[in-house]
Amino acid sequence: MSAKKYGMSIDVDRCNGCGACMVACAVENNIPPAHAGINERKGITWIRVYKVDNGEDYPGKRSAFVPVLCQHCGEHTPCASVCPQQAVDVDPQTGIVGQMPERCLGCRYCMAACPYHARYFNWFDPVWPAGMEKTLNPDVAPRMRGVVEKCNFCHGRLHAAKQRAAAAGTEEIQPGDYVPACVEACPTGAIRFGDLNDAASETAKAAKDANSFRLLEKLGTDPKIYYRSKKDWVRQIASAPKVGQPHENNVGRTPRSARDPLVALLAPARSSAPSSAPLPTRKETLHG
Amino acid sequence: MRGIIPFVAGAAIALSAGWAGFPYAIYKSRPQPVDFSHRVHAEKAGAKCEDCHAFRNDGTFAGIPSLDKCTGCHAAAMGTTAAEKNFIDQYVTPQREPQWAAYARQPENVFFSHIAHVKLGQVKCETCHGDQGSTDKLPRYQEDRISGYSRDIWGTAGRPGMTMDNCVDCHRKQKLEREHSCLECHK
Ligand code: HEC
Ligand code: HEC
Ligand code: HEC
Ligand code: HEC
Ligand code: HEC
Repeated sequence: MSAKKYGMSIDVDRCNGCGACMVACAVENNIPPAHAGINERKGITWIRVYKVDNGEDYPGKRSAFVPVLCQHCGEHTPCASVCPQQAVDVDPQTGIVGQMPERCLGCRYCMAACPYHARYFNWFDPVWPAGMEKTLNPDVAPRMRGVVEKCNFCHGRLHAAKQRAAAAGTEEIQPGDYVPACVEACPTGAIRFGDLNDAASETAKAAKDANSFRLLEKLGTDPKIYYRSKKDWVRQIASAPKVGQPHENNVGRTPRSARDPLVALLAPARSSAPSSAPLPTRKETLHG
Repeated sequence: MRGIIPFVAGAAIALSAGWAGFPYAIYKSRPQPVDFSHRVHAEKAGAKCEDCHAFRNDGTFAGIPSLDKCTGCHAAAMGTTAAEKNFIDQYVTPQREPQWAAYARQPENVFFSHIAHVKLGQVKCETCHGDQGSTDKLPRYQEDRISGYSRDIWGTAGRPGMTMDNCVDCHRKQKLEREHSCLECHK
């Protein structure tokens, strides 16, 4: 099997913030309904739609929705390098950053290291309402309290695709045979998935698009999620400066709205104190 | 000196009691619902493995057959054995699925693909399951009281174990550069 490099291209201009990806992701990956004691910081959302705006007032105000998930960093993968347990690895065959909850000891160092807030801690044991257990996805093992989890590009679907290929007598998966749940659910086709090593794939082409950008590219983590927008202000919002070092896009630019989640998420201040960064309220993340 | 003999004897009794009793303390066991015999089916019915243990079209393994695979032959008793009569009275006539316990059942977080091994890898059933496909009697199913895992994944009665070490051992022996990531075998 030739080595793959699975990645995504997300067209921010097409995302209308409906949240279907978040729902599809939770259902696919056996994320339990929110526990009674849950708050914004303790909930689990492997993919999360943030609302950002250009900081101006009416009539100049523009806003956009940005789905943020694990960026599957290819270089210096921050979570993998800090994990004291080797519970995180980068699969050289697929480029997928995997998390092994059974191996995780719950120190949450990876959550502090992740520049994208893409990792979540299980504060509670999963509980499903009576009868709902029957609807769980058998291809994904539920996690227990005290471990970290995150997006793995719906790895259960990769297993299923491999089995279908094996039934046809091959190890090679056809493009389109393996697609994560969020991609499948997106009604506007804003999220596309494919092999970045395959120059003919839509994702590889989108990654080379002039309007394409990645979140915090400056950190040099080589994320495999490529975003795309025709709007300058959207593209800029993703490029925070290196800590203590002004970046040409950011000179003289203070976060325009302290309530602006992506600004809060990506502002350099949070790299020193991730847990104190103001997290968006649910209202703001989705329907704000 | 007189103190040592009772001490050694006591230690020996305690040790052997522990040795013998521990498996009962740690494992609970139960019989399988039906006295199924692989040998009878191979010899008297000439059934092949894939008649009962088939792959679905999407490559998943159907595992232990459901009742509808049996009813075709067992609508009425073919022999005179008590085992068959019990099976028909308790399961076939009331259309009730036997609650089989799978000896090889892995922990919930393990992904295992039969088709990759049997079809792509050409590995024989016996290599992993030993003689389970040709026995006359089903052993009691034993499960760990704490974890709920089947005892058989550690290997019993001359059958190979199927622990993480065993999986990796075979992959390495076959020079399969398989363990690229933990999620290869976990889910
Ligand atoms: C008539 C149907 C039938 C045929 C034919 C058959 N089996 Fe089975 N097999 C069963 C049933 C029913 C069970 C469940 C009982 C048990 O767990 O042993 C089973 C269980 C097994 C198990 C144990 C799985 C586990 O971990 O519990 C193995 C291994 C197995 N079969 C292998 C084979 C092989 C190899 C062949 C061909 C030589 C074969 N079987 C043919 C019906 C069949
Ligand atoms: C191809 C036809 C066929 C199928 C399918 C079949 N059986 Fe049988 N079964 C037989 C025959 C033949 C016998 C032997 C009857 C005899 O002469 O005693 C038998 C015997 C048995 C017995 C008695 C065992 C013994 O020790 O003699 C049991 C129990 C049994 N079958 C269960 C099952 C179950 C459970 C299934 C479904 C997984 C099944 N059979 C599927 C043909 C079949
Ligand atoms: C490489 C080792 C390996 C080979 C080869 C293999 N098995 Fe298995 N088998 C397993 C493991 C491991 C499990 C447990 C799977 C699980 O729990 O997900 C299992 C489970 C089973 C089960 C019961 C599980 C269920 O899902 O109901 C049956 C029946 C079975 N195997 C039959 C067979 C037959 C028949 C063959 C030959 C065609 C075969 N196996 C070949 C390793 C193997
Ligand atoms: C007797 C040897 C043997 C044992 C034991 C064994 N494997 Fe394998 N395994 C193979 C072979 C051979 C292949 C390669 C199949 C191929 O040609 O692609 C393979 C491939 C795989 C694959 C890759 C499937 C894919 O679709 O890419 C997985 C996953 C796997 N094994 C898991 C396991 C697990 C889990 C166990 C232990 C429960 C196990 N194996 C035990 C021989 C073995
Ligand atoms: C070749 C397949 C394979 C690979 C690769 C693999 N595992 Fe496993 N692992 C298994 C099997 C099978 C079991 C269950 C049997 C056992 O407990 O040994 C298991 C069990 C475990 C358990 C115990 C879980 C429990 O509930 O008892 C942990 C922890 C674990 N694996 C971690 C890892 C980590 C971390 C990696 C990556 C470095 C990894 N595994 C890679 C096959 C594999």
